[in-house]
Amino acid sequence: MTLIGWAQIAFLLTLVLATAVPLGRYIAAVAEGRVGFLRPLETGFYRTAGVDPAQGMGWQRYVLAMLALNAAGFLLLYALLRAQAWLPLNPAELPGLSPWLAFNTAISFVTNTNWQAYSGETAMSHLSQMAGLAVQNFLSAATGIALALALTRALAAGGVQALGNFWADLVRITLYLLLPLALLLGMLLVAQGVPQTLSAGATLEGGEVLPLGPAAFQVAIKQLGTNGGGFFGVNSAHPFENPTAITNLLQLWAILALPFALTLTFGRMVGDMRQGWALSAVMMLFVIAGTALAYAAEAAGNPLHIAAGLNPADGNMEGKEVRHGIALSALWAVATTGASNGSVNAMHDSFTPLGGLVPMFLIQLGEVLPGGVGSGLYGIMVFVLLAVFVAGLMVGRTPEYLGKKIQAREVKLAMLAVLVVPLCVLGFSAVAAVLPAALASVQDAGPHGLSEILYAYSSAAGNNGSAFAGLTADTPYMNTTLGIAMLLGRYAIIVPVLAIAGSLAAKPRAPDSAGSFPTHGPLFVGLLSGIILILGGLQFLPALFLGPVAEHFALMAGQTF
Amino acid sequence: MWNLLRPALVMLGGFTLLLGLIVPLGFTGVAQALFPHTANGSLIVREGRVVGSDLIARRMEGAAWFQPRASGSVAGDGPSNLGPTSAALLEAVRARADGQRDVPADAATASGSGLDPHISPAHAARQVARVASARGLPPAQVQALVDRHTERRLLGFLGEPRVNVQRLNLALGAP
Repeated sequence: MTLIGWAQIAFLLTLVLATAVPLGRYIAAVAEGRVGFLRPLETGFYRTAGVDPAQGMGWQRYVLAMLALNAAGFLLLYALLRAQAWLPLNPAELPGLSPWLAFNTAISFVTNTNWQAYSGETAMSHLSQMAGLAVQNFLSAATGIALALALTRALAAGGVQALGNFWADLVRITLYLLLPLALLLGMLLVAQGVPQTLSAGATLEGGEVLPLGPAAFQVAIKQLGTNGGGFFGVNSAHPFENPTAITNLLQLWAILALPFALTLTFGRMVGDMRQGWALSAVMMLFVIAGTALAYAAEAAGNPLHIAAGLNPADGNMEGKEVRHGIALSALWAVATTGASNGSVNAMHDSFTPLGGLVPMFLIQLGEVLPGGVGSGLYGIMVFVLLAVFVAGLMVGRTPEYLGKKIQAREVKLAMLAVLVVPLCVLGFSAVAAVLPAALASVQDAGPHGLSEILYAYSSAAGNNGSAFAGLTADTPYMNTTLGIAMLLGRYAIIVPVLAIAGSLAAKPRAPDSAGSFPTHGPLFVGLLSGIILILGGLQFLPALFLGPVAEHFALMAGQTF
Repeated sequence: MWNLLRPALVMLGGFTLLLGLIVPLGFTGVAQALFPHTANGSLIVREGRVVGSDLIARRMEGAAWFQPRASGSVAGDGPSNLGPTSAALLEAVRARADGQRDVPADAATASGSGLDPHISPAHAARQVARVASARGLPPAQVQALVDRHTERRLLGFLGEPRVNVQRLNLALGAP
């Protein structure tokens, strides 16, 4: 590790926190309908759709509206991917996707996962990328933020039924938050070298073709919306997708900016900024600790390669780009997995065992550090409720959060949401570890092979999308099971969370008393961190010991596979 | 049912039209007008021929050229994705290090994209003697050219020091 490496990391994280303050305030204004520079377009959407943006929805209606949009989005995207061969904007004349791959990819983009069992430049027409994948990047991100706002309103008000209007939230977040940011970031990326053209590619002297396309706009929203799906197969490691130190920093910022900003939106909307800062603090603690571990492991390098003659000062450069270096590759791995983004600027499969353990563990902790846009906030709320419940048990008082009593119904629903992901990840991984149809997909032998399986199902159920990419994902078995894991990981959390929101909204908000447990100071930050680590992480320890930890000791002993 | 389906279909259709066609097509037009070079892949044109891109490594065969980093895949355009305990990876690293000591790590490993346009200054320096002797030039002259093509960190701490192989080879010219 070097001082310059840490200076880069500190600079980026400071930038994220500094911009989170104004962004958080702005998102609250958008959520409350106080931003309206595209009012005619906005009301046009409402009028055509026949919705009244002022009409509040109860939690069931809110969930149904969200599911209706997502289901329609899945069907349209599936059809588009299957039919791309016959549609315009397909200059490379690519065929339609297989049913398995189209199923997997459509789920992947509707659930904000962006798991990619294909390579963009060889599989997707420009129309599929632009009007299919990128549109879902916007809508799945707006969906996540809308759900987080609904839960926030439930906590902010007392004795109400309505959580807001899903359609109004969707339209406002898309038009006033995601679209302007994507346009701005996209144009900065073009200026730095990310292509934006409708041509299929450039033919070089000698006949070689460099694939090109409308990449910059899609890369911008893939980062801002914590989607992560690359325009090109190797994602933000591709020099066209992430060409310079500036694009690397801009994209890292875009991965983390909105998830952190939303915690401050939360604080503002519940009328106590300290509550938002406490959540930010927990998230930042994990990001810094994870970065320190991953950076240390990658900077130390691979002992076998060093013994083969590599300069020990250079660290592990396999799968990394020279322009990004070790420090920002490690930070990116942490940001992209902590934030449920899933884009990569280096290949996680080639990280050292402990360097690769960190991103995998961050996904398994529930994608709440800071988590995806919106999904991170409503995800960490589940842990918050469990934290105040545990604190309540310790002192023998009814647990409260923001003056609302947390009772059996909320705790049961929270536990349901917490248990879905481990069940899904460990269940599917266990089956895959013995099933020949799944084992055929594994590239590496030894413990690393298990890590590839475990990472894949963690990534799918966590709606992350990054991979230990040596795994062959485009098989009927993998496409189907990973698709199911993505569905469960998204909706089996959203529905309980919205049910919690419905039940909390109806409760009165009692003022603080001398006996209230403060949910802002360092004590609560420590408690919440512990709950996330224990409830979110403990189930995965045995599997992690069989995968990355076993591989670490094998590497120390000089064993290869 | 209809009061649920109608908004879902209208929102999906409307946003597909807006965010999937109108905005990106308009964005493409503006990008093409403002930044035609980068929007089209930062292509390098020499005497009317497209010889490469500033951003993509292109291997030039022969001792007289600086070589970019190894590509992980056989096709030459991807990462290896091999794990840290992979025997195949160790074998490849050993072959590239060729029994020497303190080899720059980027000289013996494959990049993440397989297209990494850069090498580290140490990796470039390691190739100077070979390139100079193949061209019958004094090594100091080649090293000076490498130094001129070494990009520094932005503001002294952002990014990594690096040498663009494509640009360096073009500056060297045909042997």
